[in-house]
Parts: sequence; structure tokens; C-alpha cells
Amino acid sequence: MHKIALIIKREYLTRVKKKSFIIMTILGPLLMGALFVVPIWMATQEDEKTDVLVVDESLLFKNSFTDKDNLKFHIVENMSIKEAEKQLDEEFYSAVLYIPQNIINSNGAEIIFKKQPGFNTMMFIEDAIEKELESMKLAEAGIDKKTLAAAKTDVKLRKSKYESGVKESKNTELSMMVGMLGGVLIYFFIFLYGAQVMRGVIEEKSSRIVEVIMSSVKPFQLMMGKIIGIAMVGLTQFLLWIILTTTIVSAAKGLLGVEKNSLPAPVPMEQTLNGQKSPMQSNLQANQVDGDDMGEIWKSVDKINFPLLIGVFIFYFIGGYLLYGALFAAVGAAVDNEADTQQFMLPITIPLVLSFVMAQFVMNNPEGPMAFWLSIIPFTSPIIMMVRLPFGIPYPYTDLWISMALLVIGFIATTWFAAKIYRTGILMYGKKVTYKELWKWIRYH
Amino acid sequence: MEIFKAENITKRYATHLALDNVSISVRENSIFGLLGPNGAGKTTLIRMITQITAPDSGNLFFHGQKLVPADTEKIGYLPEERGLYKKMEVGEQALYLAQLKGLSRKDAGTKLKYWFEKFEIQNWWKKKVEELSKGMAQKVQFIVTILHEPELLILDEPFSGFDPINANIVKEEILNLKSKGTTIIFSTHNMASVEELCDDIALINQSQKILDGAVSDIRSAYKNNIWEVSYLSQNGSMLQLPAGFDLLATEEDDGKKVARIKIGNHNSNELLSTLIPHVNIVSFKEEIPAMNDIFIQKVNEMNASKKLVNA
Repeated sequence: MHKIALIIKREYLTRVKKKSFIIMTILGPLLMGALFVVPIWMATQEDEKTDVLVVDESLLFKNSFTDKDNLKFHIVENMSIKEAEKQLDEEFYSAVLYIPQNIINSNGAEIIFKKQPGFNTMMFIEDAIEKELESMKLAEAGIDKKTLAAAKTDVKLRKSKYESGVKESKNTELSMMVGMLGGVLIYFFIFLYGAQVMRGVIEEKSSRIVEVIMSSVKPFQLMMGKIIGIAMVGLTQFLLWIILTTTIVSAAKGLLGVEKNSLPAPVPMEQTLNGQKSPMQSNLQANQVDGDDMGEIWKSVDKINFPLLIGVFIFYFIGGYLLYGALFAAVGAAVDNEADTQQFMLPITIPLVLSFVMAQFVMNNPEGPMAFWLSIIPFTSPIIMMVRLPFGIPYPYTDLWISMALLVIGFIATTWFAAKIYRTGILMYGKKVTYKELWKWIRYH
Repeated sequence: MEIFKAENITKRYATHLALDNVSISVRENSIFGLLGPNGAGKTTLIRMITQITAPDSGNLFFHGQKLVPADTEKIGYLPEERGLYKKMEVGEQALYLAQLKGLSRKDAGTKLKYWFEKFEIQNWWKKKVEELSKGMAQKVQFIVTILHEPELLILDEPFSGFDPINANIVKEEILNLKSKGTTIIFSTHNMASVEELCDDIALINQSQKILDGAVSDIRSAYKNNIWEVSYLSQNGSMLQLPAGFDLLATEEDDGKKVARIKIGNHNSNELLSTLIPHVNIVSFKEEIPAMNDIFIQKVNEMNASKKLVNA
């Protein structure tokens, strides 16, 4: 036990002291922070001064375009489109909007530019034209705008789960996000640090130090020491990332004066949920209902059983890594250099990628048979169970207990299996190892 | 009293037999040479002593008791393929490896200081191994191997990679350790150093032990009763020898003649008395076979007989 502790300490300290670790620890949150901050920053910066020359041959849009911030419209009626296009060369107008005479039938207009205006500008223009045309058509059909507005209905389906006499409201979108986030973290953790285990084993093997160490400790001790040591490096890095990211994001928020409600994230979600076409329209709506929705989300945040979720997350996070870590170690031991790892990586990569791909099907039907089986099988359960969990596991959590027990058994089995390959492979040089050969090593007592 | 004993060790790998019923016995405080051609099974046997692998059958004893994992702390091993963590600092690495052998960090530090001073390499402490030359790394590895003062030290080709000066320092250190009571198992292909250092040897070929015993006994057992006579002769004629003496060769050397004579059933005095009337004898000595010759002779004999059996 004392020797495993020594190995863990070495594996941990040599990695944590590395320049690359320190750089990644700092760079990680900066990238994460950038992911949050840059879109907000971009949104605030987007509109540069845009002057649009509107050539309106239909004479219908005299008052349709209202200037907005840096977006200005200059309407001309008696200029030919050719002349207007030439104006672009003088660099005052950044775009020419051409509205043909028959727009009411063709529903088509054209925007001509040297440098493409932003997406929002385009949407704004499209929206303005659509509104004008719609109201004209409505007037033609004799429908009052107010009547239409009153007829417009937006239905919200509130989800509640019934379980042994207790009704519990659910927010599916949030569950999806929480579960997916947990799954993604586990996925990356396994790949990033599993690969480090493999590289560490190859390093020991190719530098030949392994024989010296083997004369002091058992192969199993060296393997487990390495796996655990690297797990601790990973946990340290994740912890630092979380701390630094939170700091940077909150600092950036404060700096930019952005409030929670105006984060761009909820907007696209609203769109897809309500199934509406025009982002401008839904933007307006979203702004109105945002307060309500946020309240709703916070309410269901309270409903999510966080202690359970976090506890289970940590279990699968570590369990999944340990299960795969031993396999990565075995691959490292079976080869002489990293280039040869390809053929053995495939069986490890497939279940991981598969569970990642299957995650969205599981979200569609979190209590179906596929969700059940994938969340039970140890090779896929770490990711799939995280995706499933926020949707709720039927009390008394039988599925969860079975899955956790199987993960522990799976971990013991892969470690046993990997230790056999490791023990033989670690001292084997210059041999192209095949699966048949590996099988021999496993059966070899 | 033997410090280590292997009894009827057999080890089979998937495709071949690595050791076939091999027994060796290493006397305490001796230098034991483990000899044999490449691929004979020496490394497999060494890996059993260091408990890297285990035999399929047979027993291993350390101080008369069955070899147990705790014994690794009393055994030091310098593998033929040297290796250290390239990106780790020399001092930190030596401390780590010493701790794996059961030393406390503090003890390891004190001992390392002593050895680093003795080998005059104090300024390497903070260097990474990849910054050292091959010979420098070998020195570090040698120190790491002996640092925990093992009772049994296994050295596989300890002189390879050292220049003559450093090889000599290492040789002195090996003898020094022996004088302090360490037992050394020494595996090498350099037969001159076997004659110089080893008390006993075992010769392994094709997974079997084919020869063992004290170096002096083996060499005298392989004497062919050949004597080397160097003499001055006035007339330059060939030596005339009576029946029973066999003149193998005569060479000219710096005005003298050197003859190799095999004396079948006679003794050396009889040879002398036949020679004295005819020539001026300068020197007269018995030919003791070199370990190198014995090695080649035994291995070839065995391989030839195996071929016969197979054919």
C-alpha cells in the first residue's frame, strides 16, 4: 500500500509540475470564458454604421423602415437600380435594397452589397417587409390587426411526473442540458486522462525503466498507482477549471454589465421550442415571457435533486474513468510506441463514441428499453446514466443501483483483464502484438 | 552458507521453454557469474530472483527461506537494458527509486549525498536525465541500484557503456561492496572479467544448466595436461621427444622458441628431464584453459550433440 502511495505521488507531482499542465489549466477557463463572453461581446459590437439605400419601385414602403441604432434607411423612389448600384462605389451606402414593383405578388426583394451586412440587419429588413406586406394583405381581406393578435395563441405544456402519489413538475430542457453536460464531462475526462495513462505506460516501457521498477513493486501496483495518480491530476485540473471559469465568467459579466436575462443562450432555445420562424419575432416574445420562463426554470432547478445528481455524477465520473483507465493501460503495455496503439484503441473508442451518439436518442425516450440497457451496461453507463438521471429514475432507484453495481463489477473485471495483459506486455519488446497474442496473455496464468 | 538457491526451476513461455529444470546455488559473500549465450535463459532466471516473473515449477530460496515479495528490498538489480525516467530530475528520481526499495526519504537523501559526492556528480542533482550522456546516466543508475545496500546485488553487464576509467571505478566499487559482505550475481559475456571477479559460475545454454562450480575448480578440471616450454636452442633443430609426449606447436618469439607439449600419461618432471639435455629452458608452465575457451567448448559440445539427436 505504501508503495502504491509513492507511485501515485510521483505520477501526480511530475504531471502537475509540468509546464503543459499549468498552461492548460490557465488556457482552459480562458477558452471556456471566451465561449460565454465572446458571443455577448459580439452581440453588443455587431452593428457598425450601416446606411441602406432603398430603391422602392412599388411605392408601398414609404414608412415601413424605421431607423435603428446604427442602421439607417434612405428611401428613394425615382432612381433606377443601376444608378443606385453605382452609389455603392462612393462608399457612403453600404447596401442597396431593391424592392421591385410587383413585390406583392412575387414576395421577392433584393439586397445588393459590397460587404455583407450582419444577420440581424438582414432579418430586420426581411421582417419589416413581411410585416408591411402582411398588413396590406390583411387589410385587403378585411381582417383587423387586433382581431388577429387576439386570435394568436401560444400554448405551453407543463410537464409533471407522477410517482407514488406525488406530482412533480419537470423541465425537460433543463434536464437535457444538465444530463448532457455531465455526460460530456465524463466523456472528455475518460479520453483525455485515459490517453495520459496509456502514454505514461508507453513512456515507462520505451525508456526501459519498467524493469527497474518491477524489481521493487508488482505490475498491478504500478498500473493502479498510475491510473489513480492521473485521475487525481484530472480532478485537480477540473477543479481548477471550474474555479477559474466561474471567476472569469462572473468577472466578465460584471465588466460587460450583462444581466442574466439577456444572455443569448435562452433565445435559440425558445425558437426551437415554439417552432417559430422569425428570430426577430420570437426575440420580442422571448423578451416578454423571459421573466416567466426564468422563474419556471429556477423553480425546476430547485426540483432537481442536486445532492443525488452530484453524488451520482462523481461516482460515474470516477467509475467510468477507472473502467477505461485500466484498458488504456493495457493498450500501452501491449505496444512499443504510440503509433502502434491504433488497432487496440478501436474497441475502447467504439463504446465511448457510441454512448455519446446514443445520448440524444436516450433523451428522446429516457425511460425506453435502449435508455435502460445502455445505462446498465458498464461500458456505456457512465455517459448514458448521466443523460438519463435528470429525467428521474423510478423510485427506489433500482436501475441506478444495478447500474452502479455493474460498473463496480465491470471495473474489477477490466482491471483484472488489463492487469494480465499489462504484466506480460510491459516486458515484451520488439514484437508486433495481435489480438490472438493478447488472448494468450490473458489465459496465461 | 548460501544466500540464494534455485531448485529445479522450469519456465515455459507460449512458444518455448525458457528454463528447463535449472538449479543454482549462490554462496553468501561471493561473486557468482551467471554465464551463457544470448537467449539461453539468463534474463528469465534473473527476473525470477527479482520476482518480476515466477517459475512454473521449482522453488526459490533466500537465506534458506522461500523467496517472498518483501525480499525485493534486500535485492538490488541493474538490468542490462538501462532505463530512467527521461524527463525527471536526477535527484528526485533517485529518491523515488530508493523509496520504492523501502528506504525512507530522509535516509535515501543522506545516502545519495554520500554517493553523489563519492562519484563527484553533486551538480547533476537538478538535471533531467535526458540532459545526461549515456555514461552519466549509467553512473546514476548504478548508484540507485546499490543505494539501499542490498544483501544480494544482481548486475547484468555492469561495465557496458562505461569508458575504461569509469568501468574501473565500478569494478572497484563492486569489490568494495563484496568486502563489506554483499553477495553479487554477475551476468556478462566478458570472460576476462569473470576470471578476474567471479568465485563461482553457472553456465546456461538452451535453457539448461550445463556447468557450474568454483571458477578455479572448473579451470583446473578442464586442464588438458598441456605445458608451455620456452627455450633457447643453438642449432635450430626441432625438439626430439620420446613416445608419449606430443608436440602440438612450436613458435618463434623474440629469439626464443615456444613449444606446446601435451604429456599423456607422464608428469611434468619427466618432460623436463627429457628436455634438459638438449635445450636451455627459459620458462616452463602449465596451460590453464581460459573461461572463454571452456565456454565455447561446452556450448559447442552441447549444440553439436543436440543437432545429432535432432538429426
